Amino acid sequence: MSERLKSIYDNIGLPRLIIVGFFLTILAAAAPLGLNVSSLMGDAIRRWAMYGILVLAMVPAVQSGIGLNFGISLGIVAGLLGATLAIELGIANPWLSILFAMLVGLFIGSVFGIGYGMLLNKVKGSEMTVSTYVGFSVIAFMNMIWLSLPYKSGELIWPLGGQGMRTTISLESSFGGVFNNFMAFTIGDPVTGLSIPTGLILFFLLTCFLVGVFMKSKLGMAMSAAGSNPAFTKSSGINVDKMRILGTAVSTALASIGIITYAQSYGFLQLYNAPLMMGFHSVAAVLIGGASINKAKISHVIIGAFLFQGILAVALPVANKVLPEGNLSDVIRIIISNGIILYALSKTKGGSK
Amino acid sequence: METRYLLNMENISKEYFGNRVLKGVNLQVKPGEIHALMGENGAGKSTLMNILFGMPVIHSTGGFEGTVEIDGKPAVIDAPHKAMDFGIGMVHQEFMLIPGFTVTENIKVGREISKPTLLSRFLGRNLETLDMDSMRRDAKKALSDIGLSIEEYVKVAGLPIGYMQFVEIAREIDKTGIKLLVFDEPTAVLTESEAERLLEIMKTIASKGIAIIFITHRLDEVMTVADSLTVLRDGEFVARKDIKDTSVVEIAELMIGRKVEKLVDDQEDTRILSDDDIAMSIEDFHVQMPGEMVKGIDLDIRRGEIFGIGGLAGQGKVGIPNGIMGLYESEGTVRVFGEELDLKKLGNALEHGIANVSEDRRGVGLLLDESIENNIVFTAMQIKEDFIKKVGPMKLFDSKKAKDHALDMIKLLDIRCTGPKQTAGSLSGGNQQKVCLARALTIDPEILIVSEPTRGIDIGAKKLVLEYLVKLNREKGLTIIMVSSELVELRSLCDRIAIVSDGKLAKILKPNDSDAEFGLAMAGSRKESVGNE
Amino acid sequence: MSESRHKFMNKILDNKVVLLFVILCIGAIYASGNPLTFVSAELFTRIGRNGFMVLALLIPVLAGMGLNFGITIGAIAAQIAVFWVVYWGFKGIEGFLLGVLMATPIAILFGWMVGRLFNKMKGAEMIAGMVLGYFADGLYQLFFLYVIGGIIPVDSPRLIIPGGIGVKNTIDLTGNLKYSLDTVSMLTIIEILFFITITVLVIRMGYNLIKKTGASIVKDIILIALAGAVYAATFVPQMEAFLATDRLLLLHAVLIGIASWTLIQIWRIVNNKLILKKEDFNIKQPIAAIIAMAIAFGLTYVKPVEEILMYVYIPVTTYLCIVALCVFNNMLLKTRLGQNMRTVGQSRVVANAAGINVDRTRIIAMILSTVLACWGQLIYLQNIGTFSTYGAHTQVAQFTIAALLVGGASVQKATNKQAIIGVILFHTLFIVAPQAGKQLFNNAQLGEYFRVFVAYGVIAVSLAMHAWKTTIKPAVKDGKPKATTSKA
Repeated sequence: MSERLKSIYDNIGLPRLIIVGFFLTILAAAAPLGLNVSSLMGDAIRRWAMYGILVLAMVPAVQSGIGLNFGISLGIVAGLLGATLAIELGIANPWLSILFAMLVGLFIGSVFGIGYGMLLNKVKGSEMTVSTYVGFSVIAFMNMIWLSLPYKSGELIWPLGGQGMRTTISLESSFGGVFNNFMAFTIGDPVTGLSIPTGLILFFLLTCFLVGVFMKSKLGMAMSAAGSNPAFTKSSGINVDKMRILGTAVSTALASIGIITYAQSYGFLQLYNAPLMMGFHSVAAVLIGGASINKAKISHVIIGAFLFQGILAVALPVANKVLPEGNLSDVIRIIISNGIILYALSKTKGGSK
Repeated sequence: METRYLLNMENISKEYFGNRVLKGVNLQVKPGEIHALMGENGAGKSTLMNILFGMPVIHSTGGFEGTVEIDGKPAVIDAPHKAMDFGIGMVHQEFMLIPGFTVTENIKVGREISKPTLLSRFLGRNLETLDMDSMRRDAKKALSDIGLSIEEYVKVAGLPIGYMQFVEIAREIDKTGIKLLVFDEPTAVLTESEAERLLEIMKTIASKGIAIIFITHRLDEVMTVADSLTVLRDGEFVARKDIKDTSVVEIAELMIGRKVEKLVDDQEDTRILSDDDIAMSIEDFHVQMPGEMVKGIDLDIRRGEIFGIGGLAGQGKVGIPNGIMGLYESEGTVRVFGEELDLKKLGNALEHGIANVSEDRRGVGLLLDESIENNIVFTAMQIKEDFIKKVGPMKLFDSKKAKDHALDMIKLLDIRCTGPKQTAGSLSGGNQQKVCLARALTIDPEILIVSEPTRGIDIGAKKLVLEYLVKLNREKGLTIIMVSSELVELRSLCDRIAIVSDGKLAKILKPNDSDAEFGLAMAGSRKESVGNE
Repeated sequence: MSESRHKFMNKILDNKVVLLFVILCIGAIYASGNPLTFVSAELFTRIGRNGFMVLALLIPVLAGMGLNFGITIGAIAAQIAVFWVVYWGFKGIEGFLLGVLMATPIAILFGWMVGRLFNKMKGAEMIAGMVLGYFADGLYQLFFLYVIGGIIPVDSPRLIIPGGIGVKNTIDLTGNLKYSLDTVSMLTIIEILFFITITVLVIRMGYNLIKKTGASIVKDIILIALAGAVYAATFVPQMEAFLATDRLLLLHAVLIGIASWTLIQIWRIVNNKLILKKEDFNIKQPIAAIIAMAIAFGLTYVKPVEEILMYVYIPVTTYLCIVALCVFNNMLLKTRLGQNMRTVGQSRVVANAAGINVDRTRIIAMILSTVLACWGQLIYLQNIGTFSTYGAHTQVAQFTIAALLVGGASVQKATNKQAIIGVILFHTLFIVAPQAGKQLFNNAQLGEYFRVFVAYGVIAVSLAMHAWKTTIKPAVKDGKPKATTSKA
């Protein structure tokens, strides 16, 4: 009996237990501190669904063998380009607007992803190191681009002789909240009750379902095999390099959809350095959910995103009650996300080079 | 008069988890003697050397039985540096050299000469300054001792391979008090002229009083340079002979000879094997597989035949199936039932109905963290689009059909498991092998290639697997190519056996040809005739 | 003819990164319209401020641990010490030395921990270092925001956020630690060096006499006499006045440098040719160096160069620290420890087989690097004068590593020369980029973004190039098997 417990413990790992414990603790502390638990939970659910697709982008990357994709910045940039284009073109209908943004984002993201995949094929063994800095470089490069893009729309650029695009762009006039508000409802009191952004959750789960179906298709299974054992896959006549490019492209495309989903929920597009660490957060979330460097399932995404975002949603108000100063929630996020990544890295790496 | 041995290993036995790999082996080497250690793969040579060197793998698995004496006195060697202290050195097959360092630095690696400084007196030896001049002098001396005239300040990276090995040797003899040097298959990577040079160097070293243990399978080299030899077979000591008292043929026989048990009954053989009905024809086949290079092979395998390919490890036999299946780069012509294979196209062999069971079952043959059923149907699913159900434009995995098929295979091959959903990685070696076999059979091949089919399988399961292969051959007419390092296995069920040596075809033999024929073919020779008597 | 052209092309390709950046810098300086004197003054300040840190990266590269993204942790050790030194009110060089005293044990501990972590992740040290840097930042913020003032009561309205818990965002170092190292006068340095030299020589003489090692004490006596002569010379009034300052005019520094290097080359010739009589001594090398020094001397008379040299002042002590670290790096390579690190860096397998304790060597390398990074951060803070509590350590790793790479270093090889060249080029770009952006694109912000992009981009490219697998396939038919020399 104790052997089974020990093996479960080993599988889950100490950091994850700490994180789950921490989450439950602050949740338990919420009510006694006088906080509205339903609104906290509603917040947690909303954040879970809005970040979810960005976390989902990790699955095809890990399964195809390129490890944790710190470089989803490429996909995020593609999505932002699509969204800004939609606003520039002034598409009024929110549904059309977001559809357009996503299509453009998907297209650009896939193209970027294929190129990125080709690069990663050349650096086998160091994908994570390279992808981190490629991700950073892309964001730094885009900073220059955002300053120079020839957009005209007043929504996008600084008014009155300012240069370049705004740092934060409101989505009120385009597709802000379009998923969230779709069939949304509230349990209990309209103001203090638990609000459920149905459209958002449905979209997230739909994307998860589509990815799941893909993973069970002939192509998806070939891709997973490529990540699991390249020699085996090659001996079954499958081109491993092509599978890796496929995984990278799908991951990047998902990231572009993910950032648009996130933005519509948040109500704002954030350019420049805001998406710099999103790669790290998505990696941390999927790891918390139980994934490893070599294996990631959709269940890991759903659980991990919920735990990670849940902690953030609940911790900030709780922390503010306990310690009025400072940005404890941000500090906690840094410690948790990097801690779990460090843990996952130390578990797998052992004697290569 | 008593002959004083430098090294006397008596009655050495070793077992790994119940598996006896050495049974009462003796090894005696006189000072200044070149002593060859011979035997097939798995004869126990590496284990014996590991014991001599005090390698951790021996002591962490229960130690060994028997005695080791050096210069007549008992020697306890339980760590590599103790072996060094006793004056035993080793020239490895995979060079332990640093390409970016100079020859001097490589010769002196870890044993650099240094001068003390003020700080080093207080903080430790590591802060002493390097004495490059003294090191260069020592390196020069070591190089001239073996008759090599390369500059000691040259970087190793630019040297030809033969020279790299000589630097490796120089490093060993530079160690003070070296009495015995072990050479492990040193000529494997050398050209003919480099190998000759090496044998010269060995004689030079021996003439200085340093004994040499020379592990090789090349009979001609042994006859040229050794003074005496020991033959091991299946972990047992077979014989110790002086070279002047023996011949190539005798050595070959000693290495091979054992009783062969035929697995098949000739009476029930109703097959018709014809030289006009060729299943696979291989012409001038070259394969770039590191460690198992194929350097030009021609073979014709008849339809319905069980064709064996044997030879020592590293000689290229394993490279043949790997090249055919496209896992490694290859050149030449391979025809399957008359149609030429496109060797550059991955999966082409599979499409022509050739299935392969790899020799590396955990590394290549299985997805260790997937279920048995997923493993079994994978190749068929990808190549033949079997086990797929179409849902609109998508091709989805038909897990029900897979499960049913897996259950059939489990029954057929008697795979011991908790069910088709069990992960392949948790099965025993023998059952894993059966899963690999099941996967190959699921694509319903015309030709089946199995490499090392019974490696790591216990005796009972061995027989079952081999009998099943024969059954497939007799009842379904399946052409089988069996690549194996176990001659007994090959001789027990193959119709013909090709021996591959040095990447080339040595000879095609019949199972009941003499042991000496097999031994000679395996031992390979650079020269055409190897002393027929 | 084409042989030397071939060699020339190879030389260019080998140094392509440096050449690219030289061209970029020249272009940017020109585009920005900044006067050279301004750029030079800023540049020399920055070299003094950041040079030490970049040099701290060399040892891990040597030991095969790649680019040490974990120097953030050394910086954190320094910052912890700085806070307490300022809080306790210590000023000037005493405060600085106290900071060193406090921070060093912390840095040793941190370095040991990081070394152990890296030993668990051989082959993935760089990504581990990156993530570790962020993780340590989180812990640091936790400590500075909630522990200081909260769990550890600190009463100082100047340093603590109103409310009592957590350190302020910025701490002004003027009046306590600002320029504490920079303002150490040359006279003080010479005095200190004199006393240290005498002590060491006396100890060595004593040791040799007592332990009867037979080593010559004549050399030591001569050295003591020399040291005494130098020290006496400083009492000459003109010398004393000259040396009493802490900032040296660049012209004087360059002249002193040229003179000393020439003297060293002459000494080498005399020593090796006449005294030790080494036959294989290459006399061309020091002669070429002397000629180069003569050319450099001539250059100082060229107008634009002279203008710069007469304009810029450098803080002597700080620069001496940088020189000392360069010397240290070189001397390390000549010891057994250095050779062990090199061996471990080239091949862990061979090192292990040769009896070297691979894990221990790597940990020592990390400890050295972390301690040096810690001192580097102390130098940085004392020069920049403001302690940005939550930001000072965050970009350290990126910019320091980028600077090293710009100088032509790679994940496997980094030298003193590359570090210095890299600092010069990288920071020149940093200085002129905003103005260049403004002049070229009417957008100074663009220039700022450009320089950050350069930093990230240079690292990304370098990492990719390090990992790039160019598979050269030999012709299958003639393929002689290549022996797999343990690259491990």
